[in-house]
Amino acid sequence: MEKGTFQIKTGFAEMFKGGVIMDVTTPEQAVIAEEAGAVAVMALERVPADIRAQGGVARMSDPKIIKEIMAAVSIPVMAKVRIGHFVEAMILEAIGVDFIDESEVLTPADEEHHIDKWKFKVPFVCGARNLGEALRRIAEGAAMIRTKGEAGTGNVVEAVRHARTMWKEIRYVQSLREDELMAYAKEIGAPYELVKWVHEHGRLPVVNFAAGGIATPADAALMMHLGMDGVFVGSGIFKSGDPRKRARAIVRAVAHYNDPEVLAEVSEDLGEPMVGINLDQLKEEERLAKRGW
Amino acid sequence: MRGVVGVLALQGDFREHKEALKRLGIEAKEVRKKEHLEGLKALIVPGGESTTIGKLAREYGLEEAVRQRVAEGSLAVFGTCAGAIWLAREILGYPEQPRLGVLDVAVERNAFGRQVESFEEDLFIRGFSEPFHGVFIRAPVFRRLGEGVEVLAELGGLPVLVRQGKVLASSFHPELTEDPRLHRYFLELAGF
Repeated sequence: MEKGTFQIKTGFAEMFKGGVIMDVTTPEQAVIAEEAGAVAVMALERVPADIRAQGGVARMSDPKIIKEIMAAVSIPVMAKVRIGHFVEAMILEAIGVDFIDESEVLTPADEEHHIDKWKFKVPFVCGARNLGEALRRIAEGAAMIRTKGEAGTGNVVEAVRHARTMWKEIRYVQSLREDELMAYAKEIGAPYELVKWVHEHGRLPVVNFAAGGIATPADAALMMHLGMDGVFVGSGIFKSGDPRKRARAIVRAVAHYNDPEVLAEVSEDLGEPMVGINLDQLKEEERLAKRGW
Repeated sequence: MRGVVGVLALQGDFREHKEALKRLGIEAKEVRKKEHLEGLKALIVPGGESTTIGKLAREYGLEEAVRQRVAEGSLAVFGTCAGAIWLAREILGYPEQPRLGVLDVAVERNAFGRQVESFEEDLFIRGFSEPFHGVFIRAPVFRRLGEGVEVLAELGGLPVLVRQGKVLASSFHPELTEDPRLHRYFLELAGF
């Protein structure tokens, strides 16, 4: 009996496809997410919008809060660690978290290295803005990729940029001759073997979700149309006027993203969305997507 | 083999099932609403999150339509992992969870534990001459089997593959390996 193999990790991520993963900060919110049909929850002390507003160093959440959320729901529970902070990851693995997000939303612990994710039985998801970054994370053992977007803004523009960039580069790799792959691997800083895999298969070797700035059912469906496998919603649900209704609507919008009638129906009367931030009002150093290397 | 098989595409790894069918020469049709069932004689319910699939299937009349077609005997169904949970008559500990109820078993969700306990293991499936590589992810097991439920594979004494009439259910994910035997078995069961 083999546990923690790459097949078990990536296979688990496959099970999230077509689903919505929601940020929650309390067991009550986790129950609302589960009732709405979320495929998993991300257990946090603060949602990205609050991390942004409050500033300071953002770290792994208190294991007590994560354990309370794990006890409250039957769906998988994820939690975040700082980039490069492998001890935070050891702690989360020890309490039995189902998936770890090595996340730029928290303050990075290492400005050069990410976690060696092969060392863990628990699977990891990492953010990426382009193909090179995604393949570096996969080479380090990530079993799932998500766009970085710009978390806590309620503004989908960066997630759209990252999704489009990823697919543009995948299509470009497919168009190359085999003897051009090495030079391209060097150019984007990605392992040759993975570039070759993408050239042959025309997609990433792991599941790729959208994240960072998704606030409405239409945003979520847009990301599905752009070829994402599913959606993370961070601040967008519990910072809105009617979280229960909005959570339910976003789940339906992802499942039926290609059905405008369903999208129209679920978009109706959702109350106030989260207040968004325009990206041109963010200073360069406030941009979370720039974290990670 | 030829023909069309429906794959419930509300959530989960339906793409892998479509690819498994394609390798057998079968066309796969995504099913999201009850009208998509028309003309189908077989439906695969993928792995995914069983609570999500159950909730979404209850909407737009899909759950009721599938239940009716299975009761009439005009639709064969194969559920893997979350799909198997959805087929069960009873879900232990979660009496309110939406389900189809066409397979006379009580299913235990996450019977082996959380994700860090997920595993791969070779299985002996009745009627197959070679072992089958099983991928078990937060997998369920079948308990309290009703009359007419046949056990086709066990792991440590626990049933992990069962059949009742034209309903087939596995705890593991044959769609994640490239072994076509279990999909072929289902297609034969469905009359392809």
